Amino acid sequence: MTTLPIESQKTSQIRFTLNGEETDVSFAPYKTLLEVLREDLGHTGTKHGCELGECGACAILLDGKPVLSCLVLALECGGKQVLTVEGLGENGHLHPLQDAFADLGAAQCGYCTPAILVTVKALLDQNPRPTRDQIREAISGNLCRCTGYLQIFEAVETAVLKITEQDSSAT
Amino acid sequence: MMRLPLFDFRAPRTLEEAARILDGERANAMPLAGGTDLLPNMKRRQQVPRMLMSLSHIESLNRVMLNDSGLRLGACLILSEIAADPRFRNGFTALAQAASLVATPQIRNMATLGGNICLDTRCNYYDQSYEWRKSINFCLKKDGATCWVAPGSSKCMAVSSTDTGPALMALGARVRLVSRSGEREVLLSDLYNNDGIDYIKRKPDEILAEVLLDSLHGWKSTYWKLRRRGSFDFPVLSVAAAVRLSRNNTVEDARIIVGSAACRPLAATEAAKSLAGRSLDRQAIEEAATLAARIAKPLDNTDFDMTWRKRVTAEFVTYALRELRGDDVRAERESFTRYAFE
Repeated sequence: MTTLPIESQKTSQIRFTLNGEETDVSFAPYKTLLEVLREDLGHTGTKHGCELGECGACAILLDGKPVLSCLVLALECGGKQVLTVEGLGENGHLHPLQDAFADLGAAQCGYCTPAILVTVKALLDQNPRPTRDQIREAISGNLCRCTGYLQIFEAVETAVLKITEQDSSAT
Repeated sequence: MMRLPLFDFRAPRTLEEAARILDGERANAMPLAGGTDLLPNMKRRQQVPRMLMSLSHIESLNRVMLNDSGLRLGACLILSEIAADPRFRNGFTALAQAASLVATPQIRNMATLGGNICLDTRCNYYDQSYEWRKSINFCLKKDGATCWVAPGSSKCMAVSSTDTGPALMALGARVRLVSRSGEREVLLSDLYNNDGIDYIKRKPDEILAEVLLDSLHGWKSTYWKLRRRGSFDFPVLSVAAAVRLSRNNTVEDARIIVGSAACRPLAATEAAKSLAGRSLDRQAIEEAATLAARIAKPLDNTDFDMTWRKRVTAEFVTYALRELRGDDVRAERESFTRYAFE
């Protein structure tokens, strides 16, 4: 098989909303959303792990739901809303989840962190006060080989308290 | 890095258009639903269709229709939605449980009912990268001549690893298959075939469009799954059971299905028959469990020891039937499946 120059392989285009911004991208049609995010859009926050759905490192939110970007064809993402870790903070400030993960050592090597952050964000959007079991269930598809998960649960619970405080002081 | 191979892509909007495309392409094309089984297989070159035909844009495949006579479920319903839908309780509980125990939360947000029914069979010698498989000169299921699990076998022994398949068989499900030349309804149990390669009798030009379930008024059902971790893993043994009890608590009808113990989910017909007219007492359950374990023939091609997987069959049938007669087995379920189902 002859290898075509990379630019001429970019025969497919989609328009979708990436972290709140309307985005047009051209890419090779066999690419997964993960590959397009990282290679064609330079958004390397989403991590590339097992490529087979066995680790959870590439999770992003597609129309608000956590899915694995390594198993989504970019061709199927036209018109969709995609949220990656790059879109989590607002106005130059970290999201309370990111703050809590940094403060409490919930990220060590950090490779699983972006996927866990967006997965937990989707949980909190549905259920602002989750129990420890609900947090555990929500991230049961995200492997972490550093923390043993306890710091992650504690960071999520700390962020939940912080978000609740912010909300009550805002009203 | 494992890239997908090149493929043509079509995304029809109607079932008719999809059937026309498959009629033209036949085995060159594969329907793509959630992609959580097919895309990893394509990356490892286990399946290399020349064309992928997405089913995601066909609205009729996402419908749930519920009336007095039963349920019609679109094949592209997402597993997480089935797991969370309160309509799938009582008689249908086994389906919701099976859907909720597939893989991980992210995968359940992508994977579909039809995709899980049609899940490719699995084997330690098959579910490996291209280079790994090449190093053993491939295997009977793909690109090779020898079944490495049973080298004397002319048949591929890859294991049926669907969770919803056994559950739906216990509920007596039928499926509607649509092609350009027409459509047919078959019992799900007749769709499966005990061969690791030809494990499903869907023809290449057919689309599995719907799952049909009769009303299960008066039935109770449950699903038990064996896996190493409380998440991620495919079943390496499962039991689905459904019973209809009379007013004085004797069994009027029963179905017991053993999953992941062969190339297809197996109906434990004798075990289910042995319960007829009896109450679910200790002796009746013990007899049914022994009969059901007899048909399970696990081989050494999945996680866990095969003789132990066979022993678990009897245990799981016992827990399932105890649960259906009303015993509280939540602690056992949580300890074996690391999962509570409320």
